[in-house]
Amino acid sequence: MTIGLSHYLVVAAVLFIIGVFGIFVNRKNVIIILMCVELILLAVNINFVAFSAHMPPGPGINPIDGQIFSLFILTVAAAEAAVGLAILVVFFRNRGNIEVDSADLMKG
Amino acid sequence: MTAAIAFYILALTAVAAAFMVVASKNPVHSVMFLILTFFSAAGLFILMGAEFLALLLIMVYVGAVAVLFLFVVMMLDIDFAELKSGFLQYAPIGAIVAIILLLQMLTVGAAYFSEGGRPLVPTDPEISNLEAFGAVLYTKYAGVFEAAGFVLLVAMIGAIVLTLRDREGVRKQNIAAQNSRTREDGVELVDIEPGQGLG
Repeated sequence: MTIGLSHYLVVAAVLFIIGVFGIFVNRKNVIIILMCVELILLAVNINFVAFSAHMPPGPGINPIDGQIFSLFILTVAAAEAAVGLAILVVFFRNRGNIEVDSADLMKG
Repeated sequence: MTAAIAFYILALTAVAAAFMVVASKNPVHSVMFLILTFFSAAGLFILMGAEFLALLLIMVYVGAVAVLFLFVVMMLDIDFAELKSGFLQYAPIGAIVAIILLLQMLTVGAAYFSEGGRPLVPTDPEISNLEAFGAVLYTKYAGVFEAAGFVLLVAMIGAIVLTLRDREGVRKQNIAAQNSRTREDGVELVDIEPGQGLG
């Protein structure tokens, strides 16, 4: 039994769905929502690496490009986590909790 | 065969840990399960032959991002029992969205892989993963690489600007004021009469 591209795609799909589900379910805790965004980005990374590892090299096609994209996604994810957590700290200083429902300062 | 067993162990661990990230009551446990998820994903990357990205995942996520999450979780003083109270309230809508997404992905996957799909060919085993990475990253993608560094710089400055605050009533050292003091400002010569104090 060989492990092919579709096996990795299924794992990535399940991780992606768990991340989306977590965003819907956790309405009280913004930290969990940030972690769910990280899960979604990880699923995307798995997809990129899986396609890169299973792509036949051809003229004008370098399979390593998928992994390069994965590297840049990793960079953006790290930057997003840093800025997101900084915003979270400021939010907690202002409101005293981190509930999503209390983030309504800009409601008209 | 060994690769298949390793794949199933790593994949099941990753999925179970990802579910526990969402479901666990304590955010600290969630961070721990997030670390487990990323570790398993790094194992999957190694199975696919992407060793460099696997090690990068461990260094960046387990070493930096997860510690950042832990730091924030422990810094914020939150009542954890109250945080989970809305879980069941929002579970149905979340489940509906999740099921629709899963059905869509399965449909696309079934359409893509029926009729034989694309041939699966592993990448060239002659050249190492790191070598292939470096050959492209600093030539073809040099501009994007610089842009990624700039993104990190902006994120760093943004995080500092957001969290920096001036506290009132804190005694700080003012180096400019110290350096601009002269002898005339600081020293006063007083002629004291014998038998009297300074007054």
